Amino acid sequence: MTTPRTPAEIGGMGHSVKRKEDPRFLRGQGQYVDDIVLPDMLYLDIVRSPYAHAKITNIDTSKALAIPGVAAVITGKDLAAYNLHWMPTLMSDTQMVLPVDKVMYQAQEVAAVLATERYIAADGADAVEIDYDPLPVVVDPKKALLPNAPVLRTDKPDKKDNHIWHWEWGDRAATDQAFNDAEVTVKQDIYIPRIHVSSIETCGCVAHFDKVRGKLTVWMTTQAPHAIRTVFALVAGHVGLAEHKIQIIAPDIGGGFGGKVPVYPGYVIAVAASVLTGKPVKWIEDRMENIQADSFARDYHMTAELAGKKDGELTALRIKTIADHGYTDAAANPSKFPAGLFHICTGSYDLKAAHVEVDGVYTNKPPGGIAYRCSFRVTEAVHAIERMADLMAHEIGMDAAEFRMKNFIKPEQFPYKSALGWEYDSGDYAAALRKAMENIGYAELKKEQAEKRKRGELMGIGISSFTEIVGAGPSKHFDILGLKMFDSAEIRIHPTGKAIARFGTKSQGQGHETTYAQIVAEELGIPVDDIAVEEGDTDTAPYGLGTYASRSTPTAGAAGAMAARKIKDKAKKIAAYLLEAHEDDLEWEPGKFFVKGSPDRAKTIQDIALAAYTNHPQGMEAGLEAVSYYDPPNLTYPFGSYICVVDIDKGTGEVKVRRFMAVDDCGNIINPMIVEGQIHGGLTMGLGPALYEEIQYDDSGNILQGSFMNYLLPTAIETPNWETDKTCTPSPHHPLGAKGVGESATVGAPAAIVNAVVDALWHLGVRHIDIPITPPKVWKLLRENGVTE
Amino acid sequence: MAKIAIKVKVNGVERSAEVEARLLLVHFLRENLRLTGTHVGCDTSHCGACTVVLDGRAIKSCSVFAVQADGREILTVEGLEQDGKLHAIQEGFFQEHGLQCGFCTSGMLMTGYAFLENNSNPTDDEIRHAISGNLCRCTGYVNIVKAYQYAAAKLREGGEQ
Repeated sequence: MTTPRTPAEIGGMGHSVKRKEDPRFLRGQGQYVDDIVLPDMLYLDIVRSPYAHAKITNIDTSKALAIPGVAAVITGKDLAAYNLHWMPTLMSDTQMVLPVDKVMYQAQEVAAVLATERYIAADGADAVEIDYDPLPVVVDPKKALLPNAPVLRTDKPDKKDNHIWHWEWGDRAATDQAFNDAEVTVKQDIYIPRIHVSSIETCGCVAHFDKVRGKLTVWMTTQAPHAIRTVFALVAGHVGLAEHKIQIIAPDIGGGFGGKVPVYPGYVIAVAASVLTGKPVKWIEDRMENIQADSFARDYHMTAELAGKKDGELTALRIKTIADHGYTDAAANPSKFPAGLFHICTGSYDLKAAHVEVDGVYTNKPPGGIAYRCSFRVTEAVHAIERMADLMAHEIGMDAAEFRMKNFIKPEQFPYKSALGWEYDSGDYAAALRKAMENIGYAELKKEQAEKRKRGELMGIGISSFTEIVGAGPSKHFDILGLKMFDSAEIRIHPTGKAIARFGTKSQGQGHETTYAQIVAEELGIPVDDIAVEEGDTDTAPYGLGTYASRSTPTAGAAGAMAARKIKDKAKKIAAYLLEAHEDDLEWEPGKFFVKGSPDRAKTIQDIALAAYTNHPQGMEAGLEAVSYYDPPNLTYPFGSYICVVDIDKGTGEVKVRRFMAVDDCGNIINPMIVEGQIHGGLTMGLGPALYEEIQYDDSGNILQGSFMNYLLPTAIETPNWETDKTCTPSPHHPLGAKGVGESATVGAPAAIVNAVVDALWHLGVRHIDIPITPPKVWKLLRENGVTE
Repeated sequence: MAKIAIKVKVNGVERSAEVEARLLLVHFLRENLRLTGTHVGCDTSHCGACTVVLDGRAIKSCSVFAVQADGREILTVEGLEQDGKLHAIQEGFFQEHGLQCGFCTSGMLMTGYAFLENNSNPTDDEIRHAISGNLCRCTGYVNIVKAYQYAAAKLREGGEQ
């Protein structure tokens, strides 16, 4: 779909409608969690461990409690009295809320101070005195698997090592056979480091337990409010919290990117503190807590191998991975997929065989393994296949674009069953790559590169032709703690023809108030300005699993379309009654039903809405509203081709992204302006990890990049002027033909950048560089290979 | 803790308060005055979400004590709109999709307000340097640069505030 079906005043799909959420943000009138203040509210500050692994020998709270304004100090022992000191993770592991006897990572929560003012709570936290007895620290997951490694999870009586789980997928025998038969193989160790989403708003909550009503209300930075409510009810049922008396409100959220899916100890402590004190309790992380203790992403140690023929035809892929999960498996994955959707790693290519293995490992680091703006490990998968494809192309001396064209799944092969079992819905990969090449002038760039190489200048061209898998997901395979991963919409049309639509998801900046209204406008012809969209309040919105993994449009967006269609069916009956015509004789154009052949005999959706409350047919229920819980029949497979041009400074090793052309295909588009904005942002969150972002630990488990001092986000100076374009291959199974777009660019961009850098250095003998590609890494490679200024 | 009396003009209104010496200006604005449009995004003055205009200069209000603002004039995001009309920089962000989650936006607007006061015909590169102390995780900056250019053009046309 390239041209809108509705006129601009209705503003359905395809219109770049200006955002309905902007007026409040532009005036500083958004309401984020830290903006909420309740009477008698207490502030909570957390005391954190300086050690990565240590026994707690004593906690002395007396000096903290002596500070005027400090109301209480909560320790693990206090929570243990209510059996709230441990909680389950989304992967059915266990995580400490507050420790009773030992800490497992640096910056772990150890105690919490409640005070009447924010600064006094911080004073209190400084005054809590804790004695530790350090224990041996394990930071390297490969060493964690050695027989002599200290066993970290001593809380699990049967645990004799640090291995969490082994997962494998695909046909091992067929893959091994393909490798035996291969004319060419390439093999590469690829490490994708630990990174952090670092949304500009950190995490926090205001928990308010109303003792009289017995109701808990929590304003919370969460991407999944309904699931959180259920988890709270299940975890704290034994202390009297029941689901009908828990209200989770996700107010305006300052960026999520996956980091606001998990349940962090701070939330639970705040809730417990409010229940115990009967007062509202506010907990807001500072940035250092956010980076040092909240969910990380990635930390995948991969060994990838690709097999093929000398003419460039690929045949098989094999990947083994060690996944560092920190001290507990708290990844926010669908429950049946401990390595997420990593097995999308055959990517855009028609491979006959593939086999992947992942082993999860405990270390003395914070838990997590969440997506960083990606659908459950898709970035790891894309990085592996796109790096390996490039390596193979270079190895056999074939142009990287031509190599991809040769191996792409062809349009006529869709729906395509991959070697690892996925059924890709639709795609035209060659069209996207061709467009990217034309737009950026690929042939001219290759010439320029050849000339520059003669002069000793370092220029590289990198391609990434990625395929995503998003919109989890079909209930047959997708659940989180048993909750099926459908999503929902409820639409009510008011008598005056205006509407309110509520959804089970939660925007964190994606613009749902605008795009969901456009979906309703598309289906019902009600102007987008006449439709209010609400999300995030579990007392009013229908149940849904939330916004992450690019799932909002594929699931809740589809639910919106389906609910609107139910309303339209009823509207048609009412229109037939009002027009004294048979339903079969009515036709629809955006905003009205009319009698075939008599366009003047028409009833607008507004006429029909009024009639639904004032003059509905006898025997029909009054009102005009509907609910849909949409269980997608399949996932969606957005794709794209990116081409990156880099110049490398031989003196400093600095990589400059000179140009970056992104051609994306997310199927039918709801709002082109918002889609482009999502791609710009996604590309920047691809640039960051490719060149700057990394969290490392020293041998004692001390975090080395624990604040924005050294955890480097791209600024406007490093970020190039992104160039974007699109192709449109609708999803055949989604009601709107849409696929989801929020994460494509983050998933696809890093490989294009690395491929460009390696391309610039290939003639020197460089075959791979792990991200982030920092100036020191490149400088060292240049000097090792005899390049001087 | 001892308190110090301060007088600060905020968005054109004289405000008096007794504050602790250690109180950060951002917390004075957010918690004492309840002007919550100014945000806190880091502890190290890198993110710029707390940017306000102090005596005509864009500053990070997490790096200034409230007592240092005594006798001075502050403009926050809440003060940009005049007589029900958005400032050109606000309009630019709306027209060019310069914001997504909205959290960095106030700081970006205030940096832009002060920047455009001194440079009404900037190059894209000048804009990128001007906002390099303001981090955005959503937009990739491209549309923020466009928003600044939109505002600059509008201000150059004159007649607009």
